[in-house]
Amino acid sequence: MRDFDPELAEIRFGYGLSPLYDAPTGADQILAGMAGPDTVQTAFPIESFAKFRARMVEAQKQREIRRKNRGTELAAAARKQRNVINREARMAMFVWLGQTMLRRAHTQTAFRERVVSFWADHFTAHGKRGVIRRGTSPYVEDAIRPFVAGRFEDLLQSAVMHPLMLDYLDQTTSMGPNSFRAEKRGPNKPAGLNENLAREVLELHTLGVDGPYGQQDVTELAELFTGLSFDARNGFKFRKDFAEPGSERVLGVDYGEEANVKSVRVALRDLASHPATARHLASKLAVHFVSDTPDPKLIDALEAAYVDHDGQLLPMYEVLLNHPSAWEPTVSNFKLPIDFMSSALRALAIPKDAFAKREEKWMRRFFAAPLTHMGQQWERPIGPDGWSEEDPEWITPQGLAARVSWAMAVPVRMIEPLPDPRAFAEVALGRFADDAVRFAAAAAESRPEAIGLVLMSPAFQRR
Amino acid sequence: MADPVSRRDFLARTGLIGCSLAASPLLTPVSFAAAPWDTRLVVIILRGGMDGLDVVQPYGDPAFNRLRGSLALGPEGGAYDLDGYFALHPSLAPLIPMWEAGQLSFAHAVSTPYRDKRSHFDGQDLLEAGTTSLAGVRDGWLNRMLQTVPDVTPQTAYAVGRSDMRLLQGKAEVANWSPDAQLDLSPQAVRLLELVTESDPALHAALSEAQLLSQMADDEQKRGKGGHVEIAEFAAARLSDEARIAAFSLNGWDTHSTQKRTINTALTRLSETLLTLRGKMRGDTWRKTAVVAMTEFGRTARQNGTAGTDHGTGGLMILAGGAIKGGHVFGDWPGLGDGDLYQDRDLMPTSDVRAQAAWVMRGLTGLDRHVLESAIFPGLDMGSDPGLIL
Repeated sequence: MRDFDPELAEIRFGYGLSPLYDAPTGADQILAGMAGPDTVQTAFPIESFAKFRARMVEAQKQREIRRKNRGTELAAAARKQRNVINREARMAMFVWLGQTMLRRAHTQTAFRERVVSFWADHFTAHGKRGVIRRGTSPYVEDAIRPFVAGRFEDLLQSAVMHPLMLDYLDQTTSMGPNSFRAEKRGPNKPAGLNENLAREVLELHTLGVDGPYGQQDVTELAELFTGLSFDARNGFKFRKDFAEPGSERVLGVDYGEEANVKSVRVALRDLASHPATARHLASKLAVHFVSDTPDPKLIDALEAAYVDHDGQLLPMYEVLLNHPSAWEPTVSNFKLPIDFMSSALRALAIPKDAFAKREEKWMRRFFAAPLTHMGQQWERPIGPDGWSEEDPEWITPQGLAARVSWAMAVPVRMIEPLPDPRAFAEVALGRFADDAVRFAAAAAESRPEAIGLVLMSPAFQRR
Repeated sequence: MADPVSRRDFLARTGLIGCSLAASPLLTPVSFAAAPWDTRLVVIILRGGMDGLDVVQPYGDPAFNRLRGSLALGPEGGAYDLDGYFALHPSLAPLIPMWEAGQLSFAHAVSTPYRDKRSHFDGQDLLEAGTTSLAGVRDGWLNRMLQTVPDVTPQTAYAVGRSDMRLLQGKAEVANWSPDAQLDLSPQAVRLLELVTESDPALHAALSEAQLLSQMADDEQKRGKGGHVEIAEFAAARLSDEARIAAFSLNGWDTHSTQKRTINTALTRLSETLLTLRGKMRGDTWRKTAVVAMTEFGRTARQNGTAGTDHGTGGLMILAGGAIKGGHVFGDWPGLGDGDLYQDRDLMPTSDVRAQAAWVMRGLTGLDRHVLESAIFPGLDMGSDPGLIL
């Protein structure tokens, strides 16, 4: 019977081994860490979305000034000011990329960072136009991170009703065909539903694409969602004038006798407790953390934990960390680019202030651009289904070429001096270091190349 | 991140890399590949669900204006009148000369067998798998086509760009490359990288392929163009040489809101891509080429409440190149009137997009109809020849 293994725990359920922090000694320690204080959040702060909204308010003000003063110098100045606001938000986005990686490099509860990233991907969102395009990290900070150890239904509500999600999946302009607002517009300016968010809530966030829903459920849920909106100053708000009157039937249940937020919350709660949701989430967790083709028994056990504990997430993690098939001793899943980079920085013990006072250009050149070349543009997955879990998607010639370039050229610019490559192989790989890596680490022509070779080894790239 | 490499430097290094890796089966240099045909096929996957009703607008259909609201342009709204019934979206105006030269056509109301769930991801998977269900299918139809042909080399087909193309995945070896990834390593590092990754076949194979292709990539690539132009240039260069097939994706078709603006971006990329292919193919290659652009599904016949359209069913296929019969809107038009729509919502699909693709392949390569209907698109009935290829 296989069971808990500290080195493997750091690799498979965390961001790899670190020369600074001891690996956890048992599942209990990891779970206790999840329930304990979030120290890296404090040490490496990321702006909350509430604060981020101030940037949106500022940009809106400038837009107003421009609108009211077209063609004047005032408008030109407002335009300039708006560009400043946009630039500052863009720069902040790269600062948060750095903070995200530092949290992963310096945490003693790496599993928390892993589940934050898992749920952020499950609820993939990014803003569409203007300043809000830069708001993904603040969204994760507010809508995902505080909920990852609680109940899924709370996480679901917080993510789905968040301004960033409403913007991303076109919810704010979706209008009930018989809503007050649509009637007022009259037949010459028709308005109506946009079913984007409703569909993805069913397909991606809850039941899964094979779940028991049809087009009619999508349409009715879209009608139920009408009214979900936000403004920059106050955040989320419910626009009664957009809401479709009358009740909507989703999966055979009637909701929204009265059009209000409460009806939406009730529907989301029901979706969270649906058996198909339990299965969908169980299978996603198993694939993400263990293998592209996980043991069906593990999925069953995860599903049962979710059902038996009323949608609590911690019991699922407990199953995950204690199940024998989670401790298959050979590493399997291929790390995604951002995880590859984060675990490299952890193994290299990147200093806590390594990114302080670095310019945006520098962060782009050494982190953001290489990530894009590896196939994972920072906070820009191609669709709302997030990044692919399938290893072949990431083991591509172009993606690996970019990994090699990064692994050999970037650590040397960051770590002064670079560690002895022979010792580094042991630190980064633990007992997964094999003779080929040891030989390469010793035989490489230069230290940067030797470090790069260790990072490119299968034992480092798989978990 | 690496400093720019001078041409001499580059050649010297790649020479050395070539020597050190000569043992790898993937690295056997191929001078002139013996593909058994001389025509060229480019498959473009338009990801996100292209709104065919907007791209080729059936303005002659009496229901069109009513359904489409502000999206309905027609010739009066600046769309180019193709044939008195259909009109081309103004953002594709740069392609009008191609239409007039008989090198551009469309097939309307086509779809895969995918129905009802309207998920992008399943829809794309099915489009690329070329089957009627995804159960047990791991490879793509373009790869299965290569499997049926003898003498195919790894340089016959290219999957270009950063996203992996399921369309070309499978047993037949194909080359994978994105024009902006380049390796710059010392020969020693290359040897050691081989050693370190030897125990992991997938990793090792992908790295070997990257090495091989670095030798062929032009080191004087121009910077600052859109990624799609670079991809098209790369594909054009390879197709002018020994490659016979190239496949890549263009994203950005999921136009749920303010479609006027969002589709303009996607269409501009598409027209630049086609014009680049035509402009950059050498000699008479373009004359022997068929470009097929296809999407996972069309969009709703009605404009939605946010000046966009939602996921639908029947869609549009775009055909370009000197090998196709240009100047036609193919397909069996189902109409948009009451009772004509699929589930009273989407354009009714009247032919299988796989049949169109099958006829293109048959026209280009002479592949046997039975092979197309069994090995490449299992269970497909190709129907009668629509005459897509000259």
